[in-house]
Amino acid sequence: MWRNKRFAVLWPFLGAALAVSAACAETPNSCVDCHSALDPPYKVTQDQFAQDIHAQKGLTCASCHGGDPTKDDQDAMSKKAGFRGHIDHKDVPALCGKCHSDAAYMRQFNPSLRTDQFSQYLTSVHGKLLAKGDTKVAVCTDCHGVHDLRPASDTRSKVHPLNVAQTCSRCHADAAYMKGYSIPTDQFAGYSASVHHEALAVRGDLSAPTCTTCHGNHGAAPPGVGTVQNVCATCHVFQAQLFASSPHKAAFEAASLPGCVTCHSNHRIAHPSDAMLGTGTQSVCTNCHTSGDAGYDAADKFHAQLAQLDTAVKTSDELLGRAESDGMEVSQPRLEQDQARDSLTKARVTIHSFNVARVDQDIQAGLKIAGKTHQEGEAALRERDYRRKGLAWSVVAIVLVLIGLRLYIRQIESGGKI
Amino acid sequence: MLTRIRNWLDERFGLAELTAPLREKTVPIHSRSYWYFLGGITLFLFGIQVCTGILLLLYYRASASEAFESVQYIMTRVQFGWLVRSIHSWAANLMIFTAIAHMFSVLFLKAYRKPRELTWVSGMILLFLAMGFGFSGYLLPWNTLAFFATKVGTEIAGQVPFVGHQMMVFLRGGEEVTGATLTRFFGFHVAVLPGITTLLILLHVALIQRFGMSVPPDVEAKWKADPAQAREMHFFPNFLLRELMAWYIALGVLGALAALKPWDLGTKADPFAPAPAGIRPEWYFMFMFQTLKLIPAKIWFVDGELVGILVFGLAGLIWLLLPFFERERNGRSSRWILGLGVFALAYMASMTVYGYVAK
Amino acid sequence: MANEPISEVQSGRRRVVELFLGGGLLASFLSFVYPVIRYLVPPPVADLGGDEVVAAKVGELKANGSKIFRFGSRPGLLLLNAAGDYIALSATCTHLSCTVQYRADLHQVWCACHNGLYDLNGRNIAGPPPRPLEAFQVHIRGDEIVVSRKRGA
Repeated sequence: MWRNKRFAVLWPFLGAALAVSAACAETPNSCVDCHSALDPPYKVTQDQFAQDIHAQKGLTCASCHGGDPTKDDQDAMSKKAGFRGHIDHKDVPALCGKCHSDAAYMRQFNPSLRTDQFSQYLTSVHGKLLAKGDTKVAVCTDCHGVHDLRPASDTRSKVHPLNVAQTCSRCHADAAYMKGYSIPTDQFAGYSASVHHEALAVRGDLSAPTCTTCHGNHGAAPPGVGTVQNVCATCHVFQAQLFASSPHKAAFEAASLPGCVTCHSNHRIAHPSDAMLGTGTQSVCTNCHTSGDAGYDAADKFHAQLAQLDTAVKTSDELLGRAESDGMEVSQPRLEQDQARDSLTKARVTIHSFNVARVDQDIQAGLKIAGKTHQEGEAALRERDYRRKGLAWSVVAIVLVLIGLRLYIRQIESGGKI
Repeated sequence: MLTRIRNWLDERFGLAELTAPLREKTVPIHSRSYWYFLGGITLFLFGIQVCTGILLLLYYRASASEAFESVQYIMTRVQFGWLVRSIHSWAANLMIFTAIAHMFSVLFLKAYRKPRELTWVSGMILLFLAMGFGFSGYLLPWNTLAFFATKVGTEIAGQVPFVGHQMMVFLRGGEEVTGATLTRFFGFHVAVLPGITTLLILLHVALIQRFGMSVPPDVEAKWKADPAQAREMHFFPNFLLRELMAWYIALGVLGALAALKPWDLGTKADPFAPAPAGIRPEWYFMFMFQTLKLIPAKIWFVDGELVGILVFGLAGLIWLLLPFFERERNGRSSRWILGLGVFALAYMASMTVYGYVAK
Repeated sequence: MANEPISEVQSGRRRVVELFLGGGLLASFLSFVYPVIRYLVPPPVADLGGDEVVAAKVGELKANGSKIFRFGSRPGLLLLNAAGDYIALSATCTHLSCTVQYRADLHQVWCACHNGLYDLNGRNIAGPPPRPLEAFQVHIRGDEIVVSRKRGA
């Protein structure tokens, strides 16, 4: 077929196709050519590397490993070509830092990227231990990946906010790996059960904290006992301010208690409940306070106040619910109930002042609204009763007519006699 | 006073002559005469719908952004708005119920037979129109349940072969259910359907006047054998007074329903929210809906839903033309029709109940 | 109707029938007509509250003051800025739906729950809120400040 004169016209096209494909072919990369065929841990495929942010910005294997990708075989990996081979664990941060700490260099790629990661890392627990010779600690590649490294904003990145906790837990939740270090390994389990994890993973609220939010990412270190509340205060401003003005601040500092964590825990932060107050079995107050001291009485009062407002709100809700199921339209009081619930939320925040009078202000405001909605609910029920009475009267009128008709029919059909 | 007005009208319009046939009109009385009330009750309920509908029109706004709020306004701000709206919603359901009951009573009392075939046909069309009223009116409050019920309903209409898609686009005023659908349904509900219905009611009632009330075959035979047994009642005033009693009872029932079980408003429709669980059509469509749910995805090589739609379409057509299938009196075809009627009633009733009981 | 003279008892009975029928008809007629008459009279508040609402009266707010008003089924925030303009925003925080407030000291809208901040255009500028607050249109009609949803693009 190919010798046929008629198909000779195809030759130029074939030639052109070959030339074009040759021109489009990637610059020779002998590293990937060989390494894509090897077994792990030496295996790096083109597909994999194409996902890497460094590759996308124009860097190659040689940028970190040295060597000459245009040569074949051993020439590519010769010392003359500057080949460094496998980068030792302990040398990774310095290698990454060579570029990433160079502001002038990084400006070419992304001017807004920070360039202090390496210096931060040196202040972190990981960095400090690495400097002392511990190679079990995390280095850049352990968290960010390597060869298919994605930016943190990419949801597939190991350091995307949704994935951070999982990444940290690879070491920190491994009891066997963490043997020898004096820290617990239940943080991930606790965090996974926390309200912050629920906000992040279930509700998708990317502003919710993960490990790095409180511990830092490159400069990762647990916040000190005295500074924990500063961390929580970044978001929970009101509670922190109230706490700072409360008698607990000085007392906790004196007892070296870790601020917010004392009552709320650090990783397994559950949704707080009113049962945490008062003197019941789930109360955190009774951990320190005993019957007879002022704090014990205050705890009791706080619980009673919140319970009072909670009950008032629930009673109004139930009343409005009944009115609604009886057909009354109560959207206005329902909206006001939202405000009553806001007061309850506010009171639960004001608790952190541990000042009964202060909390009482919010409680009273809430009770006022709940009282109003309760009245509106009762008015709705009264309106319902009025309608039913109206109905009863009209039914009486209708029955009268029915009786009258019956009698009238009988009258005219029996010739005047009934 | 009344006599004076009557005489004035009589001098000019010959009122006495015009109303003579009405005064002569009689209603046959037998053990099953009570069923005669159903037609009148349906007409009465239609009258209620027109009156309450006009009242609602004074406040209702037919746009997606205002419809829900305007119904809420009627329910909460307008004096006795709750009463008017609840009566309108309840009477709608009651009317469709009495219309269906009326249809079945005519079927079982064999009032469709010659010469009353066209009365049956006009009545069946009226029943379809009533269901159209129900379907279009249901959407008007623009709440979540209605929105999705309309979506599903028009989707099913779109499955009809060849013309289905055009039908669906015509009904929806577009490819999707939007504010345009609301405007269109409003137009159907307050202008198109009432116009056609009024004409058909006039035809239907005129035909009834022309032929008089039908008597079941066995009673007819008895009376033919012994004319002395035939009992009749004057329509005016005797039967009418009794009819009036039935209407008053219906009024009482409506008032009680409106006050004790007011019609729900629901939540405003959000086209972008996912469909909530438990979307159901109104009860008069339930038996078809439940049937479609039970049909397997594929029957032979044909899509299951399509088979269902075609079967119901065929059933509707047969039902419309039922009188024309009866060849002779009390013959085989007559018994077939009776059997079909019993089956249809049993099927509709059980499927409706099933639809509500099933998850 | 019978032509024979009716007895006293029968005329008495006729009276009873007339009473029932006439009285019943009148009573039932009134019970139908009364609601309809009341229905026909338009209520004092003609607005539906869905797309448009009167948030306040002119002069109700002081300079740099604010007010929470009802808009449909959610709260709205009306404020009077330093330049004398009225601004209306949705008062539901886009983070976890707490009700926001106007901070006169910051000239910004603040959410007390998690320290979210919005500027006076509703844009979320600090803290957890992921989206801006919906901004509404404000018209002055006579002495009423009318807030309505923005139409169009």
